[in-house]
Amino acid sequence: MRPKVEFLSRETIERILSEAYDLLDDPGVRVHSERALRLLADHGADVDLAAQVAHIPADLAQRAVETAPSSFHLYDGAGQPVVHYGGDDIQFDPGSAAIEILDHGATQSREPVTADCVRFLQLADGLDALDAVATSIVCADVPQEMADWYRLYLVLLYTGKPVVTGAFAVETWSVMKDLLVAVTGSEEALAAQPRAVFDVCPSPPLLWSEITCENLMDCAQYRVPAELVSMPLTGATGPATLLGAVVQHAAECLSGVTIHQLVNPGAPIVWGGSPAAFDMRAGTTPMGAIETMMIDCSYAEVGKHLGLPTHAYLGMSDAKIVDAQCGFESGIGAILAALAGINMISGPGMLDFESCFSLEKLVIDAEIVGMAKRIATGMVERETPLGLEIIRQVGHAGNFLATSHTRHWFREELFIPSPVVDRDFRRGWEAKGSLTTTERAHRRVAEIVAAYEPLNLPDEVVSELEAIAQRVAQSAGLDHLPER
Amino acid sequence: MSDILNQLHTAVVAGETDPARELAEQALRASIAPLTAIDEALNPAMEIVGGKYETGEYFIPDLVMAAEAMKAAMQVFEPALMARQEERQVLGTVVIGTVEGDIHEIGKSLVATMLSAAGFQVHDLGVDVPASRFVEQVRETGANVVGLSALLTTTMLGQEAVVEALQEAGLRDQVKVVIGGAPAGPEWAETIGADGYAENANEAVGVVKQLLGI
Ligand code: B12
Repeated sequence: MRPKVEFLSRETIERILSEAYDLLDDPGVRVHSERALRLLADHGADVDLAAQVAHIPADLAQRAVETAPSSFHLYDGAGQPVVHYGGDDIQFDPGSAAIEILDHGATQSREPVTADCVRFLQLADGLDALDAVATSIVCADVPQEMADWYRLYLVLLYTGKPVVTGAFAVETWSVMKDLLVAVTGSEEALAAQPRAVFDVCPSPPLLWSEITCENLMDCAQYRVPAELVSMPLTGATGPATLLGAVVQHAAECLSGVTIHQLVNPGAPIVWGGSPAAFDMRAGTTPMGAIETMMIDCSYAEVGKHLGLPTHAYLGMSDAKIVDAQCGFESGIGAILAALAGINMISGPGMLDFESCFSLEKLVIDAEIVGMAKRIATGMVERETPLGLEIIRQVGHAGNFLATSHTRHWFREELFIPSPVVDRDFRRGWEAKGSLTTTERAHRRVAEIVAAYEPLNLPDEVVSELEAIAQRVAQSAGLDHLPER
Repeated sequence: MSDILNQLHTAVVAGETDPARELAEQALRASIAPLTAIDEALNPAMEIVGGKYETGEYFIPDLVMAAEAMKAAMQVFEPALMARQEERQVLGTVVIGTVEGDIHEIGKSLVATMLSAAGFQVHDLGVDVPASRFVEQVRETGANVVGLSALLTTTMLGQEAVVEALQEAGLRDQVKVVIGGAPAGPEWAETIGADGYAENANEAVGVVKQLLGI
C-alpha cells in the first residue's frame, strides 16, 4: 500500500470545484491578452473586451479539462522518458530563479554569476536524487534583459536532465524555444519528446497578465508542456482561509487550462502552484509555513480529482542560512509532497522565500529527497510469508547478519544516505573532525563537482546554441558572452 | 478631547471603517474643526497603531484596517478643509508604482499604505507603469518623493529608466527617489542614482522621512 496524506474529502473537493467554476463565470477572469480574449469569446465565453474580463461558462472549462492529457513524459538528452507527470509518481527538481546565492560559511548572500550557475549545474547533474534540473540561478554578469533565457542556455550545455524553466517576458519565450529546438533537432521533435516544462503564473486574484498569458499560449501552440503556477497568498492576494485559497487556486488554474486547451487541445499542462500563507508580521511569503504545505497538498488533490498532472513548490525554506530551520522546513515540505503524490516537487536548494540558492542546501536536500522517495514507496510486501519463514529459519539464537536474506533485502528496504547524513558513533564522528551537516555538505559539493563529466554534445549542437545566444545577447548590448 | 473625537480615535485604532466615517461626519456636525479632529484623534490614533505593531500586538491586517479607517475619516474631512481653505499638514507627497514590465503589486501597495498611514499624501499608480507616467504624475501633483518597486532582475532596469526620465524632464532635483523590491539593494540605488533604498514597508517610512529631513 502506498502511504498517502489526504486533507480533503471527496465532497470537499467537489465543493471547491463547484465554487471555482462559479467564479469563472462571476466575477470572471481578467485576461490582459486580446488574442486570448477573442479565443474565449469565439468559444462561448461572455467577453467584455474593453474591461478585459472573460466570463467563462463551466462547460467550456470542463471540456478543456477533458482534452488536457492526464499524463506525459519529459525526456532527457539521450531521448529517454525519465520524468513522468501523471498518477502518483513523484519527482524532484531544484527550486527556480534565485537572484542570490549563499556561499558556504557566509551569512550574507551575493549576486550569482555565470561560474556559479555552471557549478550548480555540475552539482545538480551529479545528484541522482534530482530527476530534473531547473533554471535555478539568475546570472548577474549578463544584461538583465537576457537573464531568463541565458539560464536555459547554460543548462542545455551542461546537463542532459529534463528542465523546469520559465520566461520573464513575452519575447524571450521564443528564444528559449529556439534553444530547446537546437538540442532536440526540430520543433516537431521538441513537441514529441519535450525536454522542458515552462512555469506560467496567473496573478492572484483571477488575472492573466499579458506576459504570462502569451507564454501560456505559446507553450500550447508548440506543445511544450506548461506548468500553471497559481499562487494565492492567504489574506493578501487571496482569502485568509486555507480552503478559500484552494478555491481561488482552482479557479485560476481552470482558467489557464481553458485558454491553453483552446489554443491547442491535447497539449500537455500541469496543475501546479506556489501559494503561501502570507506572514502577517513581516509581510513575507513563507514557503516553509506549514499552512503553505497544507494548501499545496490540497490543491494537488483537486488536480488529481480532475485527472491532471500535478506540481508544487515544496521542500524549500525561508531561513537565511543553512541551519536548523532550513532543515526542518525543507524536510517537512518534501515528505508531505511525496506523500501527497505530487508529480514534480520543486524546491531543493532554495532559501529565503524562493530567492536565494545554496549548493550545500541542495546536497542536504538530496538526502531529504532520498528519504521522501523511500517513504512514498511505503511498506512493501517483499515476500510471503512476510517474516514467518525467515524468523523460524534463523531461530532463537540467530544472527540475521549472517543470512543471505539480509544481504539481499537491506539494499531494497533501506535508503542509504551519503556521508552528509551522520550515522557514525560519536568517537568516529569526532575522529572525522566533528563536522556539522553543512560542513559535510560542503565537502560533498566539491566531490560531486570534481567528478562531473562533460555532456559531449555534438559540435553542431553546441555551435547552434552559441549562435542563438550570441545573436540575442548582441541585441541586448552584450558583444561577448561571459567565459564559462 | 470631546466624546466624539475620543470615539473616532478608538474607531481608527480598532480599524473600524464605517464607524470612523460616521464619527467624522458627527464631528463636523458638532462644529469640531477638521484640523482639530485630525490632530487630536486621527494622527494620535495612527501613532498608537504603529506602536502596537512594533510591540507585536498588532499584525499587518490590523495596521491596514486602521489605515483604511483613517482614510475613510479623511475623505469626510477633506472637502471641509477645502471649504475652509485650510490644508492638512502632510509630511510630503509621494508618487509610487511598480515599474514597466513588472506586475508584482503587494509589496508596493504595502509601502503605499504605510506611507499614507504615516501622514504622507500617496498617489499609487499601480503596476507595469511606464517611466513617462511617473514623470507626468510628479509634474501634476508636485510630488517630492517617488517610490519605485521592481521584483524582477529584468525590470530593475526600469527603476533606472525612471530616474533618467525625471532627470530629462528637469524634475530630478524636486524629488527624492526611493526604490525597493527583492532584487534591489543599497548598491543598486547608488548605481542608478536613486536617493534611498528600503528593505520593507516599515523601513520605507523611516528612509523617506530621513531623506526629507523629518
Ligand atoms: C507573489 C509573487 C508573484 C505574484 C505577484 C502577485 C501580485 N499581485 O503582486 C505573481 C504570480 C503575479 C508573480 C509573477 C511572476 N513572478 Co513572482 N514572485 C512572487 C513572490 C513569491 C513574492 C513577492 C511578494 O509579493 N512578496 C510579498 C511582499 C509584501 O514583499 P515584497 O514584494 O518584497 O515587498 C516588500 C519589499 O521588497 C519592499 N518594497 C517593495 N517595493 C518597494 C518600493 C519602494 C519604493 C520601497 C521603498 C520598498 C519596496 O517593501 C515591501 C513591503 O514590505 C516572489 C518571491 C520573492 N522572494 O520575492 C516571486 C518572484 C519575485 N517572482 C519571480 C518570477 C520569475 C516571476 C515571473 C516572471 C514568473 C513567470 N515566469 O511567470 C512572473 C512575473 C511577471 C512579470 N513580468 O511581472 C522571481 C524573480 C526572479 C528574478 N530573477 O527576477 C521571484 C524572486 C521568485 C523566484 N525565485 O522564482 N510573482
